[in-house]
Amino acid sequence: MTAHDIDPARIVHRDTLPGARYWSFIIRRGFCLRITDSEGGANCSALLYNARETLERYNMADTLKAQHTVCLTQGHVCYSDMGRVLMSIVADTCGWHDTFCGVSTAAMVEARYGRHSYQDYRNDFYRSGRELFLIELVKHGMDKRDLVSNINFFSRVDTDDAGNMHFHTDNSPAGSYVDLRAEMDTLVLLNSCPHPLDTATTWQPRPVDLAIWRADPVAEDDECMNSCPENRRGFANTAIYHCQYD
Amino acid sequence: MTGAKLTESQLDPADAVYTAVVPAGEPWLHPLKTGQTLRILDLEGNQAVDTLFYNAHDPAERYSAVDTIRAQGNLYLTTGSRLLTCDGNAMLTITADTCGRHDTLGGACAAESNQVRYDLDKRSMHNCRDSFLSALAEAGVDIGKRDLASNINFFMNVPVTPQGGLTFEDGISAPGRYVEMRAEMDVMVLVSNCPQLNNPCNAYNPTPVQMFIWD
Repeated sequence: MTAHDIDPARIVHRDTLPGARYWSFIIRRGFCLRITDSEGGANCSALLYNARETLERYNMADTLKAQHTVCLTQGHVCYSDMGRVLMSIVADTCGWHDTFCGVSTAAMVEARYGRHSYQDYRNDFYRSGRELFLIELVKHGMDKRDLVSNINFFSRVDTDDAGNMHFHTDNSPAGSYVDLRAEMDTLVLLNSCPHPLDTATTWQPRPVDLAIWRADPVAEDDECMNSCPENRRGFANTAIYHCQYD
Repeated sequence: MTGAKLTESQLDPADAVYTAVVPAGEPWLHPLKTGQTLRILDLEGNQAVDTLFYNAHDPAERYSAVDTIRAQGNLYLTTGSRLLTCDGNAMLTITADTCGRHDTLGGACAAESNQVRYDLDKRSMHNCRDSFLSALAEAGVDIGKRDLASNINFFMNVPVTPQGGLTFEDGISAPGRYVEMRAEMDVMVLVSNCPQLNNPCNAYNPTPVQMFIWD
């Protein structure tokens, strides 16, 4: 994938998510969310929900088995648990995004980086991915029952033939980005805490830049829709869903 | 097979306090008390057993695939694997396994995902999520669709390649193979004995399994 700039006229909103902070927003169908790892080495954890009915949500297993992959990159889509496409990965300069490692917990952060409380460090205190997801979930009327297996953008964990996991420290150079095109109105929850298997022993959460931009309509030869027969069926199911509302 | 630890059990089925055969395509919802051991026996071989666990006293605490595999640094479950909850607590420990590898990523089949994976006309085929939801609705427990997280597929072979590929392969189980686990807390066990006919996870022939519980 060759990096490309977004036509500024298409951008409807920009934001920056500092390291180890949360974000949530509804990305409407036909819009793209670009997440950029501006400094390199970021991890951006994501959960996706149907904005109209959050009981429908990103499903790790259905996403992986439909596309015969355990990692995500350009050409893949993110499936809901109802056989529909929430978002498509229409561009990716990074090449591998983790799907099966979850998020850090407060206990993991303290064990790896030490304890930095708010009392002692004010807003430089250490946060965990779980804590930040839970805060955002509750804002949208959800709770830990809705915290499911998430995506970790910009992070790579691969496995050997025996299933042993290996975290890559150099997966995402500065300027890496991923474009997520919403195929349904999608509530996106993000947090920018370090990956739970990050091998760094010093606390260095990285920011990500966010841009929401108006995408072109999905063309008949769309890469994501045509990357496997499963995705054509997923798009067909999604079109049927929209008959209820359009 | 690389990484597999085959461990036989010392428990005698004659001493079990509970046993039941679960036919293919049926659910099984059953409590397990702390310290009890559950054996799932693959009677005829190559049968996927989709399984979820909940804290019996608080179903919002449930088995977590990502926490379990991350903590052990390995994708597959076998003897010695500790199944963790979403709150990081030990839920069950696998104490015996004559199959060698159990899947954590493949999830459960559903009417809607069957449409995506095989054909839009496959919606009418029986599937694991229907079994899960039917059992939960009939039992009247406070567990619903929200609580269906990433499940375990006992006896199912879903190899992941170093390049990130994932495939459903012929099973590595065989008639008489089993997996055993000890409850580290009071749990509710929710099983769908998988009815999938569209891929080799059940060798295209779903078959019964047998449950045993020992005190």
